[in-house]
Amino acid sequence: MKMFRQIGAVTAMNFRSLPQRVSTSLVVVIGIAGVVAVLVSVLAMSTGLIRTMQSTGRDDRAIVMRNGSIAETSSALDRNSAKLILDAEGIKRDADGNPITSAETMRILSLRKKQDDAEINVILRGVGPKMLEVRPELKIIEGRMFQPAVTEVIVGKAAHSQFKGLNVGDVVNSRGANWTVVGVFETGGDAHESSLMTYAETLISIDQRGAFQSVTALLESPSAFQAFKDSLSANPALAVDVIREREYYQQQSKTMSTIISVIAYVVGGIMAVGAVFAALNTMYSAVSARLQEIATLRALGFGSTAMVVSVLAEALVLALIGGVIGALIAWLFFNGNTVSTSGGGMGQMVFELAVSPPLMILGVVWACIIGVLGGLFPAMRAARLPVAMALRAV
Amino acid sequence: MKYFGLVWAGLWRKKTRTVFTMISIVIAFLLFGLLQGINQGFSVAMSTLDVDRLYVSARTSMTDGMPISYLQRIRNVPGVRAVSLWAYFGGYYQNARQPIPAFATDALELFKVYKEIKIQPEYLDAMARTRTGVLISEALAAQHGWKIGDRIPLGTSIWTNKSGSNAWEFDVVGTFDASAYGMGFPSFYLNYSYFDEARQFGTGQVHYYIVSVEDPKQADRVSRDIDALFTNAAVETRTQTEFALAQSQLKQLGDINFIANAIVGAVLFTLLFLTANTMMQSVRERTSELAVLKTLGYSDTKVLVLVLTESLLLCVFAAALGIGLAALVFESPALQKLFGNFSMPSLVAAMGAGIAVLVALVSGLPPAWRARQLNIVDALAGR
Repeated sequence: MKMFRQIGAVTAMNFRSLPQRVSTSLVVVIGIAGVVAVLVSVLAMSTGLIRTMQSTGRDDRAIVMRNGSIAETSSALDRNSAKLILDAEGIKRDADGNPITSAETMRILSLRKKQDDAEINVILRGVGPKMLEVRPELKIIEGRMFQPAVTEVIVGKAAHSQFKGLNVGDVVNSRGANWTVVGVFETGGDAHESSLMTYAETLISIDQRGAFQSVTALLESPSAFQAFKDSLSANPALAVDVIREREYYQQQSKTMSTIISVIAYVVGGIMAVGAVFAALNTMYSAVSARLQEIATLRALGFGSTAMVVSVLAEALVLALIGGVIGALIAWLFFNGNTVSTSGGGMGQMVFELAVSPPLMILGVVWACIIGVLGGLFPAMRAARLPVAMALRAV
Repeated sequence: MKYFGLVWAGLWRKKTRTVFTMISIVIAFLLFGLLQGINQGFSVAMSTLDVDRLYVSARTSMTDGMPISYLQRIRNVPGVRAVSLWAYFGGYYQNARQPIPAFATDALELFKVYKEIKIQPEYLDAMARTRTGVLISEALAAQHGWKIGDRIPLGTSIWTNKSGSNAWEFDVVGTFDASAYGMGFPSFYLNYSYFDEARQFGTGQVHYYIVSVEDPKQADRVSRDIDALFTNAAVETRTQTEFALAQSQLKQLGDINFIANAIVGAVLFTLLFLTANTMMQSVRERTSELAVLKTLGYSDTKVLVLVLTESLLLCVFAAALGIGLAALVFESPALQKLFGNFSMPSLVAAMGAGIAVLVALVSGLPPAWRARQLNIVDALAGR
């Protein structure tokens, strides 16, 4: 009990003298704020990307592609296969008893970003007639739906805001067709909002490709997936891979989000090492400024634990302030910022940076670790101080 | 120069503090060197790209093919030295997660267009003789342990051959050394003539024509002439220099430049506070020593310069260490493989030196000014 009272007393005393060391203490706060801000804002990119991808999938939807395909772009399903897939078990049926699926195909369009006029690849997805039943989340927010058999497209909200020439009434040129934009849609902030959609048969007839690339099926329930998968694998006329929609989109964003995370941790790690040394510096000078004070306290009978704790507490509080400031800077400046990057087989992906609470907590945890590391050695120095010598130095 | 000892001693007056400050500065400049090095490295690598090489693709998107009949018409454009072509094959080895950047081409012309890539003439002869032959880069051969004479099965998610299968077999007839080009040069080439005959659909389609012009000054004119040839044709073309093409591909990734600059900015801002604080402390502790110097007849300006020099020494020395470290990292074999013959651009080193001096001056000036203004009597009396 006595020890805790000592710790309390010394720590309180320590903090009261903090204003005298403001400029030195600021170094720790600013240094750590910098580390945390960089770490959190770069990680916010990968979090945002993952979040967009995750929201794209639904547990009761599955994607069927040719076996061995990693992405829809590299898959191909002929009409016969697409038809056979409709007979599989587990697919939800509409009032007339028809399976709710959408056989889809896609191609890449070259568009330009509004921001810097950079040329980017954007997906034009050809969808089946039952698309609205497969994806009930799709809502037209401007204009109207495309008509079958004419070269009309609807564009995703994100694509509309980020890329040039996608207003209702604009015409997008591609080989063999000029697509008129007739509407803008939203799908709750998922990956499809970065793409354009039209009717699959229109796209196939223009491409002369004669094949679909994937079939998306709405299942009776999330648990019907296994039955659906089994019945497709059991069909000797089909060679397909079946994957839950959510899983598929997670896989697609994996490489990119891994790269971003690695960059964040490498750069953040290097900066953190620098900040540890800055903190060491500050805390050492804080200890040496209080040399006489510490020696006097020790001579009065205060224990060395109290000294260690008081120095560590100071370092920790400074680090915490820095960490919180850094996390707030990242949140203020970057949360909700829209960026886009190449999404692997997905064409250009538009997503919002997400400075989520777990990320901010991660940043503050890093700050505390830096603070403890930077405070530890100076604290030990304070504890080991030979009392007589320190007092004589006065 | 005779004051060097004095400045040096002042710098090491408190060893731990100087060492810690120095390590922080070293780390900041290491980060600066790495980020800006990569950033500049990309642009340096791009500016050394051949200006006399042009890439012709379909105007709408590079994934839309162009007819093979364009080849002869492009060849006839005045000023064109050689034309080769790429048709995307996009295979994979063993499973879809091991992609092979495979292109069908006209090998003989290809190595005329890419003069810097070394290949032995007998390999080109062998390629011409063997319909199912392929030329691969030495790096790819080493990666998969492929040797000349090996038969390699490649799967493809796009192309079905005439026997209705999407498994293709090729014979390795030669290797080439693409290190002069760095990354990004496709490493697997099959014969276009064979590919075109064997594929079930898409016959006669080419994704890129690569044009080498006789005189780089004519590159712009040749590009315009080529595109003019195909205005209002079934497939219109777009001709870009190698530089423009590489730049637009890099842009797909997003703004690397901005991210690198933002991080470096944050790091340097922090650094400014750190050094300023160290110098301020050091001067405050030495108040009486500086007063003694003045008593001995050192002028105010000389004291100011001494303190500034100390700060300069600290920053420049540590910055040199940091950038040296970054340069060492770039020399590491792993990165050499990625970037080709890459080394720290001298521009980055110069920028680093400039920033070090700037940080030193900005952070050293307030304490130096304080030292200059010291009144001997007050300082010695500890007032």
